[in-house]
Amino acid sequence: MKHVLSVLVNNQPGVLLRVVGMFSRRSFNIDSLSVGVTQPNKYSRITIFFQGESYIVDQIIKQLGKIPDVAAVQLHNPETAVYRGMTLIKIRANDTNRLDVLKIAELFRAHVIDVQKTTLIFEITGQDEKVSALLQLLTPYGILEVIRTGQVALERGEKTIFNCAGKTAFYSKNLL
Amino acid sequence: MEGSAAIIKCLKENNVDTVFGYPGGMILPLFDALGRDESIKFILSTHEQSAAHAADGYARASGLPGVCIATSGPGATNLVTGIATAFMDSVPMIIITGQVDSDLLGKDSFQETDIFGITMPITKYSFRLRKADELVVVLRKAFELANAGRKGPVLVDIPKNLFFCDVPYPKYNLQKRETDRPDADFLICAAEAQKKILQSHKPIIIAGGGVIFGQASDELRKFAEKYNLPVVVTLMGIGSFPADHELYMGFAGLHGRKSANCAVAEADLVIAIGSRFGDRQTGNITEYVNDKHFIHIDIDPAEIDKNVHSSIGLAGDIKIILALLMQQKAVDDLAKWWNRLNELRKEDDFEYTGAYDVPNVMHHISQTINRGDYAVVTDVGQHQMWAAQHIERFKPRTWFTSGGLGTMGFGLPAAVGIQIYYKHDRRVIHIAGDGGIKMTGSEYYTIAALNLPIISVIINNESLGMIRQLQKVFYGTRYFSSEFKYRMNYAEYVNSFGIDTYDVHSMDEFVEALSNAISENRPKAIIVNIDKEFVEPMTKMDCGINTFIKF
Repeated sequence: MKHVLSVLVNNQPGVLLRVVGMFSRRSFNIDSLSVGVTQPNKYSRITIFFQGESYIVDQIIKQLGKIPDVAAVQLHNPETAVYRGMTLIKIRANDTNRLDVLKIAELFRAHVIDVQKTTLIFEITGQDEKVSALLQLLTPYGILEVIRTGQVALERGEKTIFNCAGKTAFYSKNLL
Repeated sequence: MEGSAAIIKCLKENNVDTVFGYPGGMILPLFDALGRDESIKFILSTHEQSAAHAADGYARASGLPGVCIATSGPGATNLVTGIATAFMDSVPMIIITGQVDSDLLGKDSFQETDIFGITMPITKYSFRLRKADELVVVLRKAFELANAGRKGPVLVDIPKNLFFCDVPYPKYNLQKRETDRPDADFLICAAEAQKKILQSHKPIIIAGGGVIFGQASDELRKFAEKYNLPVVVTLMGIGSFPADHELYMGFAGLHGRKSANCAVAEADLVIAIGSRFGDRQTGNITEYVNDKHFIHIDIDPAEIDKNVHSSIGLAGDIKIILALLMQQKAVDDLAKWWNRLNELRKEDDFEYTGAYDVPNVMHHISQTINRGDYAVVTDVGQHQMWAAQHIERFKPRTWFTSGGLGTMGFGLPAAVGIQIYYKHDRRVIHIAGDGGIKMTGSEYYTIAALNLPIISVIINNESLGMIRQLQKVFYGTRYFSSEFKYRMNYAEYVNSFGIDTYDVHSMDEFVEALSNAISENRPKAIIVNIDKEFVEPMTKMDCGINTFIKF
């Protein structure tokens, strides 16, 4: 099962290593990771996509809660959250087939960000499935390079990660 | 204030009166300051690993963070085993390492190593100090972290130039953290747990090291007495419950007492208190969980549902939780269960014949020291299991062993730290195998130099007994690297440090040696030269803890 966590951490040296190290030490596999400074800027926000049975999620949240730099952990649900990641695709395209390629890209709302005599670079944001579909269609034209950022996630509506700060959020209910 | 002086002041502020360590170039400024200060006792070990184990031992005995200092590079990396040992057994420690000057960092300078990164997975937290003005704040934070919740080691890495900087020493606003009050959800869980206890027909308590660090031995005894519950202990939990108590079933686990293991296997409700269901305790987890209910009480919420899922989890201060669980009126209908338990007890009554073997040696130690105030410290291996089985302990902090990490060589340096804490109030009996002695035996130097009245019992079977036992059981009796064909004279070895030794070859000689050693208050070592044997019982871990290997 796929799970998505947002982790709010203090901007301290080594904090990313600490969070990622916990995943690797306890053999939890990370699918995608994205990190960036957020507001307020004393925090960084780490978005982690990972696979595992549901009891692993509980364990991961608790283990994250034990890291002093972690200020909040939020578990996202696909029904109540939006996920986005960006992909850059460099594809071979010349005068004969450039229009075809552009048409396909347009259908997927991919933007052209660079045009050369023999190549194009597209930028596409969205969920994994959409990007994969586009890549499949572009493959026959000759994909030169693909790069994906880690996905980020936000919960819809009023709820923010700041609601998830504090121990009870990390440790479920049974805590003195 | 100069950085190094600020560190000393901060240590005192945290009631540190003893520091363990080993000098080196990058930590010398701190040594210089320590040398000029007379109120902190400095214990010089013979190796950084030993300094870490000694600080660890000191912390296990006192319950306060043990402090250990070492230099950068090899000094720091030598600490790693000691830090990991403390981390696995949740022992509070403050480790201060010197580091190369700030402007040399990252340039592969002489004796530079990333100890901050290396220790990340084996500490509660590690700090790399960047700015001098953070020094005091960081050190205070380190003490707070080491002591808070589930205790553990915290490392502070300090570049050498910062020791010389003028640093601010802000006032310390000691914020006494109020214990959180149990909320409604918690009370529901606690009520459910009490109901489970009253409903179960075959309940049992597993008491672990958390009871000792949580100072909850009295509460544990009252709790067990109230509901008339049998108590087994883990290797780390020995001493948390008096061994002569009628509810005591003994030490359970891989080499636990048969009756204790069978009792756990037959129970319908396991109440684990300050124990993390380690694999040496549970064996095959599926077999173990089989049809049982669990109540798990631990200070670390992450332990709940980690190894055993779907227990009633009560995370927090064990004292408070046990008090909560004692509010119901007890209904004692466990007569049938107790009949069964007594049957189990009878089946494996160990008969002490007085023969010259390790169980009888341990039994004799137990009989001898039970009349006085002693602490037992073991190393890791066969002797450790024999000691756990046959030496009775009645009070917390009178039994010390490396549980989680199983660090050979832990015993002797830890004994140093423990004896230093207990001074002359409680004498340390150190038990080790010949293998472990060859690892950290250099600490006899520290013992002799400080005239610590440790009685060291070396079980010399000229082999790595536990390895040999594993090779016997799992590797077709192909003994490899586990028997020492080349003999050495341990009595002369220990004697060369200036310590009285007894070279023992029979039970009578041992009895006499122990009584002689006890009669004089100075370091002693007894070398028990004995045949190779196997530790029994040994459970078949993959089949369940009530199945045993036949030798």
